[in-house]
Amino acid sequence: MKIGVVTFPGTLDDVDAARAVRIGGNEAVALWHGDHDLKGVDAVILPGGFSYGDYLRCGAISRFSPVMAEVIEAAGKGMPVLGICNGFQILCESHLLPGALIRNEHRKFVCRDQRLRIENNRTSWTSTYAEGAEVTIVLKNGEGGFVADGETLDRLDGEGRVVARYLDGNPNGSLRDIAGITNERGNVVGLMPHPEHAVEDLTGSGTDGLGFFAGVVERVFA
Amino acid sequence: MPPSVPDRIRAMPRVVVDVMPKPEILDPQGKAVLGALPRLGFSGISEVRQGKRFELEVPEVTDEVLAEIEKIADTFLANTVIENYTVRVDQK
Repeated sequence: MKIGVVTFPGTLDDVDAARAVRIGGNEAVALWHGDHDLKGVDAVILPGGFSYGDYLRCGAISRFSPVMAEVIEAAGKGMPVLGICNGFQILCESHLLPGALIRNEHRKFVCRDQRLRIENNRTSWTSTYAEGAEVTIVLKNGEGGFVADGETLDRLDGEGRVVARYLDGNPNGSLRDIAGITNERGNVVGLMPHPEHAVEDLTGSGTDGLGFFAGVVERVFA
Repeated sequence: MPPSVPDRIRAMPRVVVDVMPKPEILDPQGKAVLGALPRLGFSGISEVRQGKRFELEVPEVTDEVLAEIEKIADTFLANTVIENYTVRVDQK
C-alpha cells in the first residue's frame, strides 16, 4: 500500500512517520503542503509538529493549504487519513473530525510514555489491535486538551468513536480522557499520542505503535 | 505637500474582529495571567480571559465588505467550536 506523508512548513515528525510506514511493510510517499494532487496514494498521514508555526491556532492555516483540499476530498470518499498530534489538530480545524484541541490544562508541555486503551479496532488504522488492548505510546504535546460540547462527547461515546483513551492519569486535560477519535465512517482517525515513535525496540517505549502502520485497511468493516 | 505615510494609514477605514474563548472553554493562558497578578502586587482582579484582536484595513466599509469580513471571521479567524467573535468598524 502507498501511504502519503504530508510535510507542511514546521512539520517535525514526517521522517519518523515515513520510517514507521516502511517498517509497517508499506511504501511511504512524500507529499508537500503545496501539492495539488496526492500522487496516487491509498492513504494519508498528517504527522506531528508545528505546521505554519502554530500561528493563529494549531492547524488553522494548514487546513487551507492546497494539499488539504485534496485530503479533505479524498477523506470524503473513504480514503484512510491518520492525523497525529498536529495532524489531529489539522483534522479538527478541517472539520473532518469534531471538537478542538486546546492548550494543556496544566499549561506545561508534556512528554512521556503514555498508557492508552484502544477502544475501537474497527477503524482503517486500528484493525491490528484487540478491542480494549492496553498499549504504551509516546505522548508529547503542548496543546493536546481535547474539547467538544457535551452533545458531541455523548455522540462520540455512544457511537464508539473514541479510538483511544488515556490510562493512569489524564496528561493534558482532555475531556473524558480522550486521546483519539474517528469519524462516522471510521476512515479518518485523529490521535494525540505518537505511534510513529513506538515502532522499534531500539528507541522509545517499545513497538506498541506499529499496528497503526502495519494494518491500514482501505475499506472499514464497520 | 503629500500626506505622510502614517497619515495615509490612519485614513484607511479599519474593521476590528475580536475573538474570545467561549465562556465554558478553559482558558489556560488567561489563568496564567491571573495567577501572575498577585505576585506582581496587583489585587482585586477575579478573572482574566485572553483573546485575540485582528485589525483589518479596507479601502472603504460597505455592507459587502462587512459580510466578507464576517465570513473571514467565521471560517478562519475564529474556530467557532471553541471561540466567539465580534466584528465592528473602528470609528477612529
